Amino acid sequence: MGGSPSPCASCKLLRRRCTKDCIFAPYFPSDDPRKFAIVHKVFGASNVSKMLQRIPVHQRADAVRSLVYEASARVRDPVYGCVGAIYYLQNQVSDLEMQLAEAQAEILCIQMQQQPTITNQYHGDVKSSQFSVSNFNSSPQIFNFASSSNVIMQDPLKRESFWT
Amino acid sequence: MNSERCAACKYLRRRCPSDCIFAPYFPSNNPQRFACVHKIYGASNVGKMLQQLPTHKRVQAANSLYYEAQCRIQDPVYGCVGIISLLLQQIHNAENQLAKTQAEIAVLSNSHTQDSQFQQNFLLQQGNVGQSSSPSTQPSSWFK
Repeated sequence: MGGSPSPCASCKLLRRRCTKDCIFAPYFPSDDPRKFAIVHKVFGASNVSKMLQRIPVHQRADAVRSLVYEASARVRDPVYGCVGAIYYLQNQVSDLEMQLAEAQAEILCIQMQQQPTITNQYHGDVKSSQFSVSNFNSSPQIFNFASSSNVIMQDPLKRESFWT
Repeated sequence: MNSERCAACKYLRRRCPSDCIFAPYFPSNNPQRFACVHKIYGASNVGKMLQQLPTHKRVQAANSLYYEAQCRIQDPVYGCVGIISLLLQQIHNAENQLAKTQAEIAVLSNSHTQDSQFQQNFLLQQGNVGQSSSPSTQPSSWFK
């Protein structure tokens, strides 16, 4: 008679029999008890089980990874959890958007400076309308990365200078 | 005893005591807020998390729990980790775009400097030779 398989980390922690169709077993192996412990602490085993049951099997591994990530973030930062990271990254995106805008403006300035320099060389036949702003070959790809505002649900929290 | 129960106690169908841990953060006029948080975390876990925090930090904790719960309901697989992932991608794209734009600035600035230098040198030569004829209007002759 073969020995019974080792219970998964969840069933070990919950002190119950680990059945062959245990919903946790594929994602919480017995060699990493900390993973389930942290998820159980934040979400609770029952809630995790319900969440996994509502998700197609091929997506459950990703769901578990994200739950572990969120639970770890919440344990590290009991006040803000993952939202702290979201806030920080949103600020980074805003900063980069500003830097891009400044860089694009600088390109336009340089181009405008260059055009009058060429104009000075010609006397007589050259028409000044040739160098109107609309004829500038502006660089492509201005502001073509998606703003975060249409992706993020809402400002997570109104709070002050968490990252100063 | 509160005359009106908070959203949590209404949801849990229990009496709302005067020191209810949920009452300040889950008012009765927003039942959806507690329902959302309860669905993901469970009342017991939320209560424990709030109790472990100093009182002045509980509002922000309740707000962040609500936000994360909403994300998880909208995206059961990735939750707010999906948003983090998108933001990281946006940052990566923006950094690339910024680097390209800055390289373009460097090229334009360089070529502008070289053109100016060339014109200065040419005008100086014109002055030295003392020719009175007007410069050619043909652009190609300037750059041989």
